[in-house]
Amino acid sequence: MFTILATTTVSMYLAVGAVMFVVGAICMATKRNAIGVLMGIELVLNGANINFIAFGSQYLRPNSLGLDGQLIALFVIVLAAAEAAVALAIALNFYNNHTSIDVDRADELKG
Amino acid sequence: MINLLAVSWGDFYFIIFAGVACIFALGVLLTSNVVRMAFYLIISLGATAGLFFLAGAEFVGAMQLMIYVGGTLVLLIFGVMLTAQSRFISMKTHPRDWLLAVIVGGSLLMVLLTAAFGVPEWHNEQQVQAAVSSLETADSKTATPLGLALTGVRVDKLDQMDQQLKEGMSGYLLPFVIVSIHLLVVLIGAAYMARAKRMVRFVREEEPEAPGENQDQE
Repeated sequence: MFTILATTTVSMYLAVGAVMFVVGAICMATKRNAIGVLMGIELVLNGANINFIAFGSQYLRPNSLGLDGQLIALFVIVLAAAEAAVALAIALNFYNNHTSIDVDRADELKG
Repeated sequence: MINLLAVSWGDFYFIIFAGVACIFALGVLLTSNVVRMAFYLIISLGATAGLFFLAGAEFVGAMQLMIYVGGTLVLLIFGVMLTAQSRFISMKTHPRDWLLAVIVGGSLLMVLLTAAFGVPEWHNEQQVQAAVSSLETADSKTATPLGLALTGVRVDKLDQMDQQLKEGMSGYLLPFVIVSIHLLVVLIGAAYMARAKRMVRFVREEEPEAPGENQDQE
């Protein structure tokens, strides 16, 4: 059979997850806006989730992780929502107290 | 002329969704405008949900769309709107920080890609064909097994012959309960922390001032 596209494998999913993870990590390191740092965290969690789904997919490998991968991905999604709520509350509190959202200004606890 | 019937549409859509997810994730990184970052993040996470659908995890994909794109990102956009002063919309990063982050991130990407393509079993096309041909039906209904696994019953592993493996295959009832309580506590805490504090000040201004009592105010 003639195919022009490479067959999708687990490695390709892992590559997409790796790119999203690294982009999110760089985002966390370079953004000065606290909301931007939060978006980097979301990207990192999604990159990890792609890996769980890829290892759990029964379409990609015969002996896959099965339903465990999807369950862990669900837990990650729910915990990411909780984390975003708390982090946003902290960011708003910081903004109310300092009238700034720049993370470089959050240096009151520096040693 | 490409014969359209010979194109494997799953692989085609994988390329589309993977490209959109990666390119818009890079867009989140490269733009300095926080409103555009939020928009690019929505598209990137939506394409990730498409990848979940393609991998046969349709319930997780739907949850990704509902919780992430519908909930978490709306929360983030509210955060952007509540802090949207013109000097915070677009904050530039020092080039030195960029250089350091790109060096560290690039080496991390190299390590991860080497690991992803390092295991032969993970990019073997025969494995994919074996997996697809071993499936009896091509439909994927994961919502019911997922829900039962969350209540502690693993209906997807009932045919596990190995008794020792079967014992370790418990459900996810305890993590489910822990996550539920965690979510409840976290949301109460977030609402408490983000509450409006002006009411307290307003009430304090209304009170008649007693001598020697307002020393604690700033």
